[in-house]
Amino acid sequence: MPKIVFNCPDGSQRIVETRVGSSIMDAGTRSGIPGIVAECGGALACATCHVYVAEQFRDAVGEVGDFEDEMLDDAAAERTEASRLSCQIPMTDALDGVEVTVAPAQ
Amino acid sequence: MTNSQSLPARTGVLVVGAGEAGVRVAASLRELGYDQPILLLGDEPHGPYQRPPLSKAFLNGTGDPTALALRNPEYFAEAGIDLRTGRTITHVEVGDSGAGTACCDDGDTVAFDHLVLATGARARALPVDGADLIGVCTLRSLCDAEVLRERLGSAEQVVVLGAGYIGLEAAAVTSARGLATTVVERETRLLSRVGAAPLSDFLLARHREWGVGFRLGAEVRAIVGDDGDQVRGVRLADGQVLAADLVVVGVGAVPQTALAEKLGLRVRRGIAVDGAGRTSHPGVFAAGDCTVVAHPHLPEELIGVESVQNANDQARAVAAGIVGVAPPAPPVPWFWSDQRDLKLQIAGISGGHDEYVVRGHPGARDVSVLYYRAETLIASESVNRPKDFLAVKRALGRGATIPPQAAADPDVPLKDLIVDRM
Repeated sequence: MPKIVFNCPDGSQRIVETRVGSSIMDAGTRSGIPGIVAECGGALACATCHVYVAEQFRDAVGEVGDFEDEMLDDAAAERTEASRLSCQIPMTDALDGVEVTVAPAQ
Repeated sequence: MTNSQSLPARTGVLVVGAGEAGVRVAASLRELGYDQPILLLGDEPHGPYQRPPLSKAFLNGTGDPTALALRNPEYFAEAGIDLRTGRTITHVEVGDSGAGTACCDDGDTVAFDHLVLATGARARALPVDGADLIGVCTLRSLCDAEVLRERLGSAEQVVVLGAGYIGLEAAAVTSARGLATTVVERETRLLSRVGAAPLSDFLLARHREWGVGFRLGAEVRAIVGDDGDQVRGVRLADGQVLAADLVVVGVGAVPQTALAEKLGLRVRRGIAVDGAGRTSHPGVFAAGDCTVVAHPHLPEELIGVESVQNANDQARAVAAGIVGVAPPAPPVPWFWSDQRDLKLQIAGISGGHDEYVVRGHPGARDVSVLYYRAETLIASESVNRPKDFLAVKRALGRGATIPPQAAADPDVPLKDLIVDRM
């Protein structure tokens, strides 16, 4: 199963394995990663699973969707070119080892 | 997570109910450093799962239920949370401190220092003949959703009773699958309990485009079946019978208050709690869909806020109360609904508004309604206007407002209009 590296707001690093098809947000909430609030459970309704994707994985995670784009503009933490809503990134084998930093505010 | 093991003789916190609120109480207690045993006890056969997708993606998909899990099984073990499913607490006694004992349906008893009721709500049954026919479904639990999803495979004519969120989400799914779908609603418009008329009209137009039929202002007299007790239709008060081989009942939820009533707690439809999740017994807490709280705008009224957000925020407050730390800041209530390509996002509680402003170009595919009380912003409902939703949520969180006159221009970003209250 592919792995995700979470850099958490408390400074800790957690590595979570998840099955292909499950989103980065899903993997984070199910393992209780601090800072992945994800109140809507991945319905793209709350912008509380904001992460910054490490540069080497930016292409692999794909493009920001239109609705996601609008939500990210007004997310609680600053938006950068690394910003994604982690519910919108389904895991693939190609994403094995993907590193994300959880936004400091959700 | 085993069901055969007997319960421990004692626990620090007993959480009755393993849904969104119960899981969050347990998780927050651990995050706050609570180091005594936690027993999380659910009466459903499954481990804790997400409820919102049941009427949305899960209903329309082929996904397996494990994709709905709120936490991995390992999470509970690692966090030291003793999760038991398929267990029902039948009796409970508490002393003045809030400590007490609880009895399980299999005869086990457990002593606890603190009790949290997170017992949720059940689907309201329709009090008419035929409500128990085969093919009459409610949509609340994973079991409900699995039954309904199975039936969708062979259904042709669906009648949905109730034009609230659950009913409309179900109609969105069934009509998308090409099933003839009719929604019957007692009130004269959609979402009458929560939304203003422009939102009702907007959603009515979209659903009609999808081919959904509506009987508004219609009373259900009976659900009728055949000799094999299979549902065949719905009879309205005017005598008309709508043919149906599947009926989805979405007429609201009833808080599960049996244990609270046995304890003599104050129950007004739901278990009355304060902002810290305390019941009328200062040592007993409750969180989630089983509770009612003071209405934010209407003095003397209590309101049940049935949402994931409310369950989580009440649970966080309860955990803080048990540990004895300051409660988190009061949250902004929010809610969402998915109906095909429409995403509804609701911030605040609109009940008690005396004015509203509609944002949207006539005929557009998106709309927001902003609600005001005494010229102060109290809530919004947006369809496919996420920036409006986030701006209102932010304004409400800061105790700020957005002047109604300026808000009416749909091309001006709301976040640029946020100002302090007068």
